[in-house]
Amino acid sequence: MFDMISPQLLFGQLLIGLINGSFYAMLSMGLAIIFGLMNVVNFAHGVQYMLGAFCAWLLLNYLGVPYWGALIIAPLAVGAFGMLMERLVLRPLQHLDHLYALLATYAIALIVEGLVRQEYGSTGLPYAAPISGGINLGFMFLPYYRLWVVVFSIVTCAGTWLLIEYSKLGAYLRAANENPNIVESFGINVPRMITLTYGLGVGLAALSGVLAAPIYQVSPSMGSGLMITVFAVVVIGGIGSISGAIVTGYILGLAEAITKVFYPEAATTVAFVVMIVVLLLKPNGIFSSEKA
Amino acid sequence: MSKTSVIAIALLAVALVAPLFVYPVTLMTILCFIVFACSFNLLLGYTGLLCFGHAMFFGSAAYVAGWLMKTYGLTPEMGILAGGLFSAALGLLVGIIAVRKSGITFAMITFAIAQFVYFILLRSPFTGGEDGLQKIPREPVLGLIDVTRNFNYYYVVLAITVLAVFFFYRIVHSPFGEILKAIRDNDARVESLGMKPERYKLMALVLSAGLAGVAGAMKASVFQFATLTDVSFPISTEVIIMTLLGGLGTLFGPMVGAGFIIYLNEYLASFGEWALISQGIILLLVILFLRRGIVGEFNAWMKRRQAS
Repeated sequence: MFDMISPQLLFGQLLIGLINGSFYAMLSMGLAIIFGLMNVVNFAHGVQYMLGAFCAWLLLNYLGVPYWGALIIAPLAVGAFGMLMERLVLRPLQHLDHLYALLATYAIALIVEGLVRQEYGSTGLPYAAPISGGINLGFMFLPYYRLWVVVFSIVTCAGTWLLIEYSKLGAYLRAANENPNIVESFGINVPRMITLTYGLGVGLAALSGVLAAPIYQVSPSMGSGLMITVFAVVVIGGIGSISGAIVTGYILGLAEAITKVFYPEAATTVAFVVMIVVLLLKPNGIFSSEKA
Repeated sequence: MSKTSVIAIALLAVALVAPLFVYPVTLMTILCFIVFACSFNLLLGYTGLLCFGHAMFFGSAAYVAGWLMKTYGLTPEMGILAGGLFSAALGLLVGIIAVRKSGITFAMITFAIAQFVYFILLRSPFTGGEDGLQKIPREPVLGLIDVTRNFNYYYVVLAITVLAVFFFYRIVHSPFGEILKAIRDNDARVESLGMKPERYKLMALVLSAGLAGVAGAMKASVFQFATLTDVSFPISTEVIIMTLLGGLGTLFGPMVGAGFIIYLNEYLASFGEWALISQGIILLLVILFLRRGIVGEFNAWMKRRQAS
């Protein structure tokens, strides 16, 4: 059985897995950051990712702003939208059961995705890759743009993790997560920090969306499809664990790829099988901070 | 006679004459979703567990019942019973994985398991994949009553709905229901009294899943088909919206919510995305300004008026 699998197929799938894993990792990291500080599962994450991609498409087609500009502008714009959402919707709910905030983010996702689909239809819009060409590795062809996505996502994930784990800002974040009242008494504006953190998480989602635009087509449902797997990643990694989210994201991307080579029918379910096994053995997730 | 029974009898009277004025299939859809919303209410309203994938019980029972009715010529009432039992068993399996958790983790786990169930049904040979299960027959109920006409079948569906809602009512007003409410409000306290909250939560999930299965199987026999839509995430959230809009933890709330949302869906069906967009807007407004729901607010208003 194994000698039937060509290296082209195997490495080709592994590359796709690594690309998917890059998006899983970036999206679940954003979710973990938001959850860690606010205890809110951000069900609008997929829509914010989609908005990032749409933003890039609109910037290119209406204002002629190229990919590299969109890579900066789209996360800022969508992040600002996120901060507005936090102030108007999530803040009034923060002292209630956290399930209300979860449902509120879902409601916003439903509205935004519906509006975008109403305006632009369900079909995907093409977005040309900004870097053309690629390199022939002998056993497979590696487009430069895909290489850029993998490197960029690893750098972003590592950078964000270092920021939260080692910087002073990160220390404030983790402290506010443990006990917001004490952090506040040190003269730190916790509500503003929450707004900015939510904006950061949303901005990361939009950044992933811009990165994804040339690879997957830009469509209203591009986020919701991806998020189903991302939520499985979050549960496996342990809800709220940032490093767990990153590592699990890449591993699951690769696991899906390997399943696709050896048993294609199961590729879409592998994430959930892993999740159920993990839940039975370690209910808090592999990398849990024992918080959930 | 208590106020609840007066309202219940009035509602039943309306339901009995309704098919003379409204298209029976619309009414039957509402009845199916009333049972579905009751089952959801049992979990979130009375036990405090947010199941974020309740469509898995609804939709898989629709498939199982539909398949049994089609392959073995089961009568509708037997098919619906089988659907309910199947979903109750599925609820037991889900519960074994999920009831150790509550709150957000429970919601996330049920969400992910529901997606898993969706993929399994998509891949299973008996479900017809993307096409779904078509042309489910409606054999005579109890072997006697001809129900090929929707008008006739409406009264069968109404009878099952009344039974299901009464079952739900008995559950939440039993000592068992009181324990569920205590778990919702303070599960540590319940545990300290020597009871095992997990066992009660598991039982509530099984009962809720079973009721959701009855609803799904009933829908399959009404429309005579079962599709992937019935297991999909939008159905899981639609039932949340119905329950919250009507009033969490009230008897009549889910009925109001189900009626309202089904009617809205029918009304907006030809307006593209607007049915989903308005569901989102309703959900957002209910969460921000009307957390007790229509019936909950009404009850609170009545109480305030009596007090003054």
